[in-house]
Amino acid sequence: MAIKFDKVSDGHYQLDVCGYVCPYPQMYTKKALQKLGSDDELMLIFDNPSSGESITAMCETEGNDIFEREESEGSSTWMIRKG
Amino acid sequence: MATDSAQVMKSPGLLAHKGGYKAIALVALVMILSLGLLDNDMRWIYLLVYLWFGLVYGMLLQYGRFCMASAIRDLFAIKVPRMAVGVMIATALFSITAGLVTVSGYSTFYPHPLGWHIIVGGLIFGFGMIFTGGCASGSLYKTGEGNMGSMLVLLSISFSMALFVDLGSWSNSLAPASWIESALAKDMPESLSVGNGWFDIFTAGYVWNLSGGTMADTIGTGNVWIDVFAGNVLIVAILPTLAILVVLYMSTYRKGYIRRNKLESLSLSDELRGIWGMIITSRNTAIAGLGLGVFAGLQMWATGALREHYEIFNFGELLMKMGYTEGLSIQETVFDPGYWYITTQEAQLGGWVLDKAGIDVMDNIFFGLMNGIPNPLINAPLLMSFGIIVGAAILALSRREFKWKVPNMETAIFALVGGALMGIGARLGMGCNVGAFFAAVTNGDLTGWIFLVGMLGGGLLGVKAFNMWLNRGSVDDEFDIYLADPAKNRLIKNE
Repeated sequence: MAIKFDKVSDGHYQLDVCGYVCPYPQMYTKKALQKLGSDDELMLIFDNPSSGESITAMCETEGNDIFEREESEGSSTWMIRKG
Repeated sequence: MATDSAQVMKSPGLLAHKGGYKAIALVALVMILSLGLLDNDMRWIYLLVYLWFGLVYGMLLQYGRFCMASAIRDLFAIKVPRMAVGVMIATALFSITAGLVTVSGYSTFYPHPLGWHIIVGGLIFGFGMIFTGGCASGSLYKTGEGNMGSMLVLLSISFSMALFVDLGSWSNSLAPASWIESALAKDMPESLSVGNGWFDIFTAGYVWNLSGGTMADTIGTGNVWIDVFAGNVLIVAILPTLAILVVLYMSTYRKGYIRRNKLESLSLSDELRGIWGMIITSRNTAIAGLGLGVFAGLQMWATGALREHYEIFNFGELLMKMGYTEGLSIQETVFDPGYWYITTQEAQLGGWVLDKAGIDVMDNIFFGLMNGIPNPLINAPLLMSFGIIVGAAILALSRREFKWKVPNMETAIFALVGGALMGIGARLGMGCNVGAFFAAVTNGDLTGWIFLVGMLGGGLLGVKAFNMWLNRGSVDDEFDIYLADPAKNRLIKNE
């Protein structure tokens, strides 16, 4: 289990923080989003429900758009477009 | 994969997935256990009230992801006020229900003595909880979500407290001579050896010399409604929470609010709409806060009414009448706060285990004189904590959010070390984010705000230390290299 932050293609990145609990997911998401350019997309995979609420609020404040959310048994995959 | 989270998360239908059946099974189990106990002796209702309120707290905590560690950490680390707003709403509402209970004469609350220990305790507790990822109540509900790391936090809190209050004679030299002198002058039973062990000396030689009180006592007009609602509710709880909400809005939410709405100059009504928007953003947490406020008040009332019914001051007396004498303190009492509390009962669990392992923990004030170490199965407040775990598990299962999560080595070490700091901080500060802060400020006791100041300071230091850890050389490099090096790119399946 490790934090995985990969570039998938130009403008497309993936951050996998499964297995990590507060505060890692939201802090790494913030770090990752800082590295992205405007309109770049981040696929975020995490399994700590409470981090989701913080990430939603963080994206709302900073103007990033969470445009897809898929929730499966215990884990979430979100697509975030940097504003 | 384009699915709306609202559809998937909120309406899976309880029976449409395995988790739903497990949630129903847990509810059934609690009902059977409750009926079995009541069939054995109706007086177990006193213990079951704790368990049932624990279940409700657990569901509310999980629903609102209600956690003081998140509140402080998200605020400092990622400038998100969501949880802090929820906590403030819960505080304001609980103060009103607590006020009603106090006026009705059923309040079980005792104010905490005022002294430096509160802020120091808050500081250590706040620093520790940043590393564990959950406060005392947050770790309970996260355990209910299947988070084994949080379970480690609970174990660490329990044993660190039990060991801390039972420090041996080697620790005497750490206490000022005046404390030892004052402790020995207290004329306590020989068996407690109050001049021996740092925590005993601290309790008898320092804390007992302090005094405390509620704002209602300070005002003391003689009209209980005015004393309680002007003093406890308005001055100690509502005005400070409103002030904090305004500060949170100005320092975090306002910037995004102006940008989103393309506002140039803000009128007062724009500002008020903004504050309301901030509260609405924290909707789930605010709803949880509302529920916690109402139920925390109801619990005080229910326990107060049961005490009157059974003509007791403490559950220990009821246990005696029912024939259970093991683990009671020398005053024949057990820990029985009658309101929402987290840490002392966890210390009792640690103490009980140590006692079974052959370590005498009843020779100190904390267990021996005050709280006892009852069998965990009949420890009413501990069943409340257990109820929080089960309640959170029931809701997490039914919302398809339950997942067993095993911590890695880093998280496990942080859980143990942070949990130990939380335990020590909680005993110094006379409680955790619930007992020393939430239950205190809502009952007119200003020491709660002092604990919060300590917790904020500790939280700020904790976030700084945690950021240093995250940004330490290798990890940050790796974060960059992954981006810059196309050879490390990976393809995502189905895309």
